[in-house]
Amino acid sequence: MLQKVPEKLIDENNVRVDGRGVNDLRPIKIEAGVLVNADGSAYIEQGKNKILAAVYGPKELHPKHLALPDRAILRCRYHMAPFSVQERKSPAPSRREMELSKVIRESLEPSIFLEYYPRTSIDLFIEVLQADGGTRCAGITVASLALADAGIPMRDLVAACAAGKVEGKLVLDLTDLEDKGGEADVPLAWMPHLNAVTLLQMDGMLTIDEFEQAVNIAIEGCKQIYKLQKEALKAKYVTVKEEAEE
Amino acid sequence: MSSTIVARVKQRQIAQLISLGKRLDGRGLTDYREAQVETGVIERAEGSARVLLGKTEVMVGVKIEAGEPFPDVPNEGVLTVNAELVPLASPTFEPGPPDENSIELARVVDRGIRESKAIVLEELCVEPGKKVFVVFVDVYVLNHDGNLIDASAIAALAALLNTKVYNYEVKEGEIKIKPGYSPLPMRNYPIAVTFAKINDKLVVDPWLEEEQVMDARLTITMENNGKICAVQKGGYGYFTTQQISEAAKIAHEKAVELRKRLVKG
Repeated sequence: MLQKVPEKLIDENNVRVDGRGVNDLRPIKIEAGVLVNADGSAYIEQGKNKILAAVYGPKELHPKHLALPDRAILRCRYHMAPFSVQERKSPAPSRREMELSKVIRESLEPSIFLEYYPRTSIDLFIEVLQADGGTRCAGITVASLALADAGIPMRDLVAACAAGKVEGKLVLDLTDLEDKGGEADVPLAWMPHLNAVTLLQMDGMLTIDEFEQAVNIAIEGCKQIYKLQKEALKAKYVTVKEEAEE
Repeated sequence: MSSTIVARVKQRQIAQLISLGKRLDGRGLTDYREAQVETGVIERAEGSARVLLGKTEVMVGVKIEAGEPFPDVPNEGVLTVNAELVPLASPTFEPGPPDENSIELARVVDRGIRESKAIVLEELCVEPGKKVFVVFVDVYVLNHDGNLIDASAIAALAALLNTKVYNYEVKEGEIKIKPGYSPLPMRNYPIAVTFAKINDKLVVDPWLEEEQVMDARLTITMENNGKICAVQKGGYGYFTTQQISEAAKIAHEKAVELRKRLVKG
């Protein structure tokens, strides 16, 4: 299962290792309502990424002292399966997973009307079954869909996508290989109707100009992903309707 | 929990003043609090610094020990950043394993140093693939009055600039310390600039009460040549693209200003 490291990540015709152009997303498949026990759930495949998300709640909160009198709390766990990466990852939560759980939660909180459910919790679980770069963004995309699938009132869906710099060129939706071999990575989450950037991180080196361009490229990616999220949500209710009519 | 709750009246006052371009402590929206930096405060550590940013106080100690390199970079030293929100610093800090706030703090400071390639890690290799020096940067928050990220990043940089690498020789695979030392090789000076968004306005270097009122937080770390080397958004709110562009420009100016004060010569 060793990944071969190619000499160049982008060739002279601006074609990337997996055949994409610089502004192309990887193929994405999203489905809502995939788990029967959860109040809401969704599954995404973005390139080789395979991620499941489940929502439980709003429900009674344990331990109770965490409850807020005027709104629900959102709890989020981003977790990678031990077999999801090249070298087995210990199932214990790593520092990276702790940080990502926090930033993912903060990227979704602005989208939810938490004030509708005081003293309760909404628990969100994101399991990365296979990882190939951009899992925090795909995780946000799929988690937002799972929240909508749970019927939780939301201001908007949150779509997320990374842009970055690879071999001197700004590109959309980096794979693991491109992230590791590239110069910078800018993961971003966006709510289209509010022009709201709810997740923004960066590592690497970019000029201010490049950074602003990367932000705009990532937003363009988010726009495409947003459409797919809406289609997935509609698709589920078409099936429900068909079943009801049978 | 007295200091963790800001009265509604005061919240409103902070927010209203900011929409007029003023702040409760008299600063302008893009002014830093006064920063005091003292280095070499812990003799046992190879490098150390204590930073006061207003009333926020952070101490950083750097320890250097022999260790193994990462397999993908066999000829580079290792950088490890950890942060402790020491319980004596705030009624909201509790003893126990690091929580998500201290992990985020450590990882944002780490990202700035790592991505700007501030430390010349290649020079910390003793035997490729086998033995290198590990640089432990331990951030110790001693008083919390807001903007822990910037204070910690300044303290970490000051402590690294104060760090000694002792001369050594390798005898039968063991490192033997010899008399004398040289400074830790550094090639970049990353500066973190943190913004709070309050009432749709950006303020630089939020103090604790502003942090409790803010909608969201944005940290932009700038390296020597005016490039961005790390970004982190925090908090429950959001930023518009215009606000992000504005923040990047202010961060650039502020980083130049802070670096001048911190790094002499």
